[in-house]
Amino acid sequence: MSSPLAVEVRALSKTYEVHERPPGLAAALRSVFRRKYKTIHAVSDLSFTVEPGERVGFLGPNGAGKTTTLKMLAGLLHPTAGEARIAGYVPRRREAAFLKSITLVMGQKQQLLWDLPPADTFTMNRAIYEVSDADFAETLGELTELLDLGAIMKKPTRQLSLGERMKCELAAALLHRPQLLFLDEPTIGLDVAMQLTVREFIRQYNERRGATVLLTSHYMDDVASLCPRVVVIDQGRLRYDGDLPSLVRSIQPDKRVALRFSGSADREAVARAGTIVDFDAAHAVIQIPRVDLREAVGHLLGLSFVADLTIEDPPLEEVMRELFSASKPAEADADAGTQADSA
Amino acid sequence: MSARADLRRVVRAYPTLLRVGLAEAVAYRAEMLVWMLTTTMPLVSLALWSAVAETAPVGRFTQRGFAAYFLATLLVRQLTGSWLVWELNQEIRSGTLSRRLLRPIHPLITYSAQNLAAIPLRFAMTLPAAVVWLVVLEPGAFPRSPLALGAGLLAILGAWLINFFTMALIGSIAFYLESSTAIFDLWMVAFMLLSGYLVPLELFPAALRGVIHALPFRYVIAFPVEIFTGTLRGEAIVGELGIQWAYVLGAGAAAILAFRSGVKRFSAFGG
Repeated sequence: MSSPLAVEVRALSKTYEVHERPPGLAAALRSVFRRKYKTIHAVSDLSFTVEPGERVGFLGPNGAGKTTTLKMLAGLLHPTAGEARIAGYVPRRREAAFLKSITLVMGQKQQLLWDLPPADTFTMNRAIYEVSDADFAETLGELTELLDLGAIMKKPTRQLSLGERMKCELAAALLHRPQLLFLDEPTIGLDVAMQLTVREFIRQYNERRGATVLLTSHYMDDVASLCPRVVVIDQGRLRYDGDLPSLVRSIQPDKRVALRFSGSADREAVARAGTIVDFDAAHAVIQIPRVDLREAVGHLLGLSFVADLTIEDPPLEEVMRELFSASKPAEADADAGTQADSA
Repeated sequence: MSARADLRRVVRAYPTLLRVGLAEAVAYRAEMLVWMLTTTMPLVSLALWSAVAETAPVGRFTQRGFAAYFLATLLVRQLTGSWLVWELNQEIRSGTLSRRLLRPIHPLITYSAQNLAAIPLRFAMTLPAAVVWLVVLEPGAFPRSPLALGAGLLAILGAWLINFFTMALIGSIAFYLESSTAIFDLWMVAFMLLSGYLVPLELFPAALRGVIHALPFRYVIAFPVEIFTGTLRGEAIVGELGIQWAYVLGAGAAAILAFRSGVKRFSAFGG
């Protein structure tokens, strides 16, 4: 028998009762005697599995239920219905062996002790997670090298920049060498260079340790570069589970061609290749159906004022916007991905 | 993983938790000093009761007797106080309790280490009061015998545990209500009146004393104070230690159950 799935989610649901009242004093007084509650279905009947060592991107608009799902998988929230198993453990039982095998990094929250240097948090985690001296020294050495922690470990956390803090957060979260990483917006607020550092670090950790990664991020570049597979949820329901290129193809079947001009460009000649998305004296972006791509590119390369040409997929943000604004589920390639509603 | 393994992990980790807790307490030393100034009510009581006892003793209390009693009260309060209710209430409401729940050690254990780690600093800050009490007011009163000292220390530990577990119990109400601090205020009113914090319990009418002895408040202040000031001796100490530790066990069980059942309702909003 092979090792258990890293993540196994079956018909998972979570509902909240939320107290609701209009603003104002009168409403506040009324609510003392008659409280109105609204039921929020944060996650509904969600099912998916993840194999050990996979890197999976968890996508969805704000309020889709991504963080709620991650919190249920980490054992912080108790599901209303359904079942989750992480490497065979039931998360809500929060057994010590389970908690030692996972980590949850939330980009907007911190586990570092605010007024003490990160080194103190590392020491505390070593004791709590029972990391041996040898493993601690080795892992910390590795993390220090990968994340360049040397100088910042001994400064009080409150004096670190956001990027420095996030690097230390990652180190604190990984000192016990977890096999499953739940990363909720790990690059939020970081500059582009730091996003790249964090992204590369996550990839290296995954490859070096064979750890499973479940990642949510508003930065589509994080997901595109890190996650061969994406799970899309919207309003708590699964919308898509499969690889990213198939999702993009199904939602946005056109390609984008970016052109750079040398000399005066003829707009009409360019427009004959496809729909113009953007056009100025030096550049243009055209949208072209995939089936017409070969012919259109041939036409464009024949234009004397075209100096350079790049073929790209439409920006992922745009694809996602289109997916979530559509009233019905997307029609993804059946062989590459699974549409939740049709599965 | 067995309960024995869990216990072994706690025992191994606890010294580190205490060390880190002490480092945190030192980082917050100015805030702690201000907070300690807000718990100097026994000194106000001392001034009031000293004025009352100026012409004649009140019960067995002379001015000097009141001074010894209230300085001992101040010390016991500093050594046994717990502010967990504020922290727990805030962490449940803001969702930051999540970070504790993710660790393979019970959150009440980490809270307890943070609380205990601050005690050496609090003790150092109240050292002048202790010196006045021991050297000026009751020289030779402490320690009277190793047994009395042991009983006194056990009573201090029991008082801290009752406070800690009660604060954990009241703090856990925030899992159910929007805030638990109003309930804490109720506890504080009863504590002020019935623990011996503001008025020595001997000065209450005899008819009330039986009820007061049966309530938990006496065992967090008056009981240890009476051991250290020599009012309580021998068998009386043993009997009351039994009652105190019964409260420790009761409060501990209630706090653990309330926390465990509360965690099931935890929403972790924003956390």
